[in-house]
Amino acid sequence: MIGLDAVRVRAVIRKELQDYRRKRSIVVTMSILPCIFLINPVLTIFLTSASTASSALDKTVSISLIFFLVIPVIMPSTLAAYSVVGEREQGTLEPLLTTPIRRQELIFGKAAAVMIPTVALSYAVFGIFLCAVWLFANSVVASALFQQGPILLALLLFTPLLAGWSIVVGMAISVRASEIRVAQQLGILASVPLIGVFVLLAVGVIRPTFLVAILFAAGLLVIDVRALRVVDRMFDRERLVTGAKAARQ
Amino acid sequence: MKLPNHPADFEAGDGTPLKSNAPRSGARTDAIDDSPVLAGTTDQTALVVKELTKRFGERTAFSDVSFQVAYGEVFGFLGPNGAGKTTTVRTLGTLIAATSGAATVAGIPLNAENGADIRKRISIMPESPGLYWRLTVTENLEYFAGLYGLRQAGPRIQDALEAVNLVDRADDLCGALSKGLRQRVALARTLLSEPTILFLDEPTSGLDPVAALEVHHLIDELRRRGVTIFLTTHRLEEAEKLCDRVAILNTTLRTVGRPQDLRAQLFASALVVKTLAPLHDPDQLFSSIPAVQGWHSDAPGSYELSVSDPRVAAPEVTRGLVSAGADVLSIGEAQHSLEEVYLELIDEDVEASRR
Repeated sequence: MIGLDAVRVRAVIRKELQDYRRKRSIVVTMSILPCIFLINPVLTIFLTSASTASSALDKTVSISLIFFLVIPVIMPSTLAAYSVVGEREQGTLEPLLTTPIRRQELIFGKAAAVMIPTVALSYAVFGIFLCAVWLFANSVVASALFQQGPILLALLLFTPLLAGWSIVVGMAISVRASEIRVAQQLGILASVPLIGVFVLLAVGVIRPTFLVAILFAAGLLVIDVRALRVVDRMFDRERLVTGAKAARQ
Repeated sequence: MKLPNHPADFEAGDGTPLKSNAPRSGARTDAIDDSPVLAGTTDQTALVVKELTKRFGERTAFSDVSFQVAYGEVFGFLGPNGAGKTTTVRTLGTLIAATSGAATVAGIPLNAENGADIRKRISIMPESPGLYWRLTVTENLEYFAGLYGLRQAGPRIQDALEAVNLVDRADDLCGALSKGLRQRVALARTLLSEPTILFLDEPTSGLDPVAALEVHHLIDELRRRGVTIFLTTHRLEEAEKLCDRVAILNTTLRTVGRPQDLRAQLFASALVVKTLAPLHDPDQLFSSIPAVQGWHSDAPGSYELSVSDPRVAAPEVTRGLVSAGADVLSIGEAQHSLEEVYLELIDEDVEASRR
């Protein structure tokens, strides 16, 4: 990425991942959340009768797949909300900010460190689910699922983009929050507008087609990039260190 | 306040330069900004601060602060709690923006654009070590080496660990270390980038005497290596022991100079005379000695005499005492500690604020 020092960004990503691995609550949360969101699709697919009418089967299958979009939204919100205010509370932010790292590098590194496990786990859970359906589900139901092309494409495209949204909103809250708990509670709010979209998809107001999937993905990409720029502007070293807003000279 | 404008101003009393007056070999030289430095500075100057002020809304953290620090110097920054010491360090370390005034840090003008370049040449150890407790000592250092953009950090990390005598704890989690050891890790972290200027903010705060002594030895070792050290502390004996010059800050800079010069500026020369028994008529005796300008007694048999030159006055006083038949136990020049200098200046501020 232009203007970013790869060594510094890599250092941030590596340290964040080391830190996550050593914190049991993070590992447990990251393991349990996808499993919870796996319950509904698994039950739906494996309990649906093969004799269900074609249109009803399509609807049931597509709704169950939409549940997979919740994972990349919910999973990173807590980590992203912790990213800056957490450093501040544990007293590591000031030494970090005294190094030559630029704010863009720090923000990008921290966002990437949350994005990597989120996307990896989301795709892994989805992949395992598809394999299980292909191997063990009734062939009629499995066939109905694999014919949901627009939704499957949406899942592939939306997973990193939704995670990006959730991370950026979480980080925006984190750079301004005064304490971790407040940041994490507010971080959950990141999912509210997206859950609205899921509901519209579920009730059929938005018809999933390839064009809709691509347009939504493009729109989300633009929103993510703009939101990242907003976070960059919100990142104020003076405010983070002293709690007071920097005076512009 | 007069700022020293010439390297000679940084010389010790005997005319020899204070330590090395140039960046040591191996110091980073990349990305040097070619903007003009402040008027009156030279390439011998690590730190130039001119009329620097920082306000947070209506509250003034520090005001109109001016001083210079030579390369290789250990500069003590003293002051009571809330005097603005940490805010000054944060400002010079580009963490916060000054409200007014100017400074150059390691030859680079202090402004928002130069922040990253300045931070490449300095290291700051805040009061709290700020380590990642779930990472090992080596992992903490690897992280910071990466933040300084060091690609082959292994040898640097090894050197830093050796410098702070922590090689055998390299694989320990930082959360499992004692406070003193954490402080040493934080010091090792500041050495990774081989900084031109090292800012140490209360490095011995909260440490027991043994751990504090270890930190003092480390600072001495860094001084020998030629690192410029900016040390904030309110441990006066620490400043007196380690610093070539000290500045006393209490929102405004009260004074700056070598500890011995500050003592000379603030306290009149005096002789302390101790006799076995109280003198019969000390007023008559001391007024008959021309070199003595005044006297007072704090305890029976103990007299402090104001003199213009102790070396001239001491023989005269000795002769006068002997001729008066006094049993002299000792005659010596009155020694004022840095603590007395500090208290004198801070007391002046307290009295001024009461008026």
